[in-house]
Amino acid sequence: MIQVRDTPLPQAGKAVGIQTIGMTMRFGSFTALDNVSIDIPAGTFHALLGENGAGKSTLVKCIMGFYHQTSGSLSVDGREIAVQSPRDAATYGLGMVYQQFTLVPSLTGAENLVINRTHVPAVINWAKERKDLAAFMERMPFKIPLDRPVSELAAGEKQKLEIVKQLYLGRSFLILDEPTSVLTPAEADEMLGLVRGMTERGELTVLMISHKFHEVTKFTDAVTVLRRGKMAGSGLVKDLSTKDMAAMMIGDVKLAELDTRLPVPADARPILVVSDIKAPDRTGLKMIDIGNLTVHAGEIVGIAGISGNGQKELAEVLAGQRPPEAGSITVKGSLYGATRQETRINNVRFIPEEPLNNACAPKMTVTENLAFRTFDLKKQGGEALWLDMKSMRKRAASLISDFKVKTASHSSPIASLSGGNVQRAVLARELTGDVDLLIVSNPCFGLDFSAVAEIRARIMKARNSGTAVLLLSEDLDELLEMSDRIMVMSDGKLVYETPALSADISVIGAHMAGHH
Amino acid sequence: MMEETGIGIWGVPLAIFAGAIRVSTPFIFVSLGESITERSGRINLGLEGTLVFGAMTAYAIAVMSNSPWLGVLAAMATGAVFGLIHGWICKFPKVNDIAIGIAMMQFGLGLAFFLGKPFIQPVAPHLPSIPLGGWSDLPQIQSALNINVLFIIGALLSVALWWAFKNTRVGLILRVVGDSSDAARAMGLNPDSVRLLATAVGGSLAAVGGAYLSLFYPGSWNEGISSGQGLMAVALVIFARWNPIGCFLAALLFGGAGALGPALQSVGVTQGYYLFYAAPYVLTLVILVATSSPTRSLAGAPGALSITK
Repeated sequence: MIQVRDTPLPQAGKAVGIQTIGMTMRFGSFTALDNVSIDIPAGTFHALLGENGAGKSTLVKCIMGFYHQTSGSLSVDGREIAVQSPRDAATYGLGMVYQQFTLVPSLTGAENLVINRTHVPAVINWAKERKDLAAFMERMPFKIPLDRPVSELAAGEKQKLEIVKQLYLGRSFLILDEPTSVLTPAEADEMLGLVRGMTERGELTVLMISHKFHEVTKFTDAVTVLRRGKMAGSGLVKDLSTKDMAAMMIGDVKLAELDTRLPVPADARPILVVSDIKAPDRTGLKMIDIGNLTVHAGEIVGIAGISGNGQKELAEVLAGQRPPEAGSITVKGSLYGATRQETRINNVRFIPEEPLNNACAPKMTVTENLAFRTFDLKKQGGEALWLDMKSMRKRAASLISDFKVKTASHSSPIASLSGGNVQRAVLARELTGDVDLLIVSNPCFGLDFSAVAEIRARIMKARNSGTAVLLLSEDLDELLEMSDRIMVMSDGKLVYETPALSADISVIGAHMAGHH
Repeated sequence: MMEETGIGIWGVPLAIFAGAIRVSTPFIFVSLGESITERSGRINLGLEGTLVFGAMTAYAIAVMSNSPWLGVLAAMATGAVFGLIHGWICKFPKVNDIAIGIAMMQFGLGLAFFLGKPFIQPVAPHLPSIPLGGWSDLPQIQSALNINVLFIIGALLSVALWWAFKNTRVGLILRVVGDSSDAARAMGLNPDSVRLLATAVGGSLAAVGGAYLSLFYPGSWNEGISSGQGLMAVALVIFARWNPIGCFLAALLFGGAGALGPALQSVGVTQGYYLFYAAPYVLTLVILVATSSPTRSLAGAPGALSITK
């Protein structure tokens, strides 16, 4: 490849157009990206859709210089360029906002901006920098407090600050990787609207990786869909329906269907009753305060909320990981302290978020992990002294085939499985046997369509057979699809409750954002 | 019980004040050094060894060159080397900085005792102090205000570091690396190199603390010269929430507590004063218990630190 060194560097504040031609990336014999050509004219808002593993991140990593493509080329404003590293990409004005925040939490916004510049003076003159930053922020559509540590900012503010950081560094083409995954619907709309405004004014070109069709249809100009590394389709958003895009993404895979929701009987008995629980949160500065939360047999209660509003603490209290300072939890009418014995007697099962770290011993085998609920019990009942490896293996084999867990072998460490398969394995363990109460936290985070559909179908099936389900999720669509009732958690409290059928997204969003 | 000592009971606060300055100086240097290292996201538990090796080096060089300041510089150099070794080993994947720190501590102690044997007998020149008590006629006040130069340097250094963490490129880079290795890499910084240098600087400051022990107070070299100041200072840094000025104040508090026993003894308390010798250690325990909690994370802790993960 010829390296063009005399390419005029783009001006900051003026959008550039990006083209990839025949991008192909192979890792050994595996082709992650196969001949993908996309064209993003200057000043447009382009969406990149695809399932996990479809090659979206491989494509953007090639553009940003993290990977060097096996073949194919990249052009900026019609001139072919060679990008060897993210630093090269930066000199051409290409920037990326990652899904995980790259801001340094303990530094203030201003410190984060200044330290990211290419040239930072040895001694920083804060009086001058503040003045320059204030002048720069005048031109920005976003308003963010720059003098507070980033750790104190709300997720939406952090996301805006990430974008502002890229613009402060003079980028004119931005890749946004699922930028709204941690925002409320209102925050997401505001942020994307402002970004859209910048592209319309010709200040910025944007390529956004997204899972959410409504964002794509509402804000973007054109879309490219990848499936298994190949281009599955592309076009102007106004010519495509959501259904067209979904078909391009998943191809002809048949998704598991949700069981028909059986009505909750009027006399369904309460299984989980949480009353007046108070517990300190992780910082110790705030408290979570759950007045009354009841989950009946055969219903799914969804807890909505922006991450960091106490859902994690609530789940920890229910799992016995965080001692409450006051209040009581009862399961099936008796006090519940989440000991192994109480869990067993009451048939309580728990699927925490990030199950690999929170519900598995990552280096132990799949068989051993599947036996965590039963290894210390004899078949006839009573405590087992010796492990019955033979029946553990037999049981694991049947669970693995029942729940379609893809694993190289039953004795592989569970950490070697993909995220969806770890989730399936944990689900297999937790949903087998009699389950009266199931507590689930973000069960589908980061999984692909077929895994999501199947996991939701399993949970719905458990509900229909009489299990009380408490579902904590940051994904509103999931809650609306699954729940019978939705409660909103904000600032450590349950602030709103609505039946899912008559739920109004904007009202839920307003409560999530703390306007109540 | 009380013996008449000129200023009577007032001798106790005066002795605590003088003791706080005298005893706190090594704590100040070790904790400032450790605060730099920990702010970069690494813990160096080996500072006890660095401190004792620094004490030995400073004493030996001072004996040979007859210059205490040359001794301090030599101690700083050896301290930096100890820090570099620690930082270099920790660079390798799956190496635990705490385990390496403990190994380095034993290594430093052993090496210091081995090389320091010939210097137990000779007498080294002491570091100077500044008499600020000339205005008073009382010898107790004069001696209490006879303030050693390293204490003053340590006080200035703590303010300078506090300023530098906020206002210099180096300070910001250190905080970035300490808080998030990923953010640092995204910025094109190499966290390992930054931590290597931060550990070296931390080691050289810890060695200054050692030089103070052998060249000012108690002012001689022997194998029992340190009573765990190097380890205690690591706890101090956590107590001070990684803030250099906090480190200085915490060191003063510890120095004052350490001076309680001798002060009571000097005014003639003959029973139970041994209990007060334990005051700094009791204080360490009380403070660490009081400021930690099973349900919340430590505020202000560098995110990349192995103990806070």
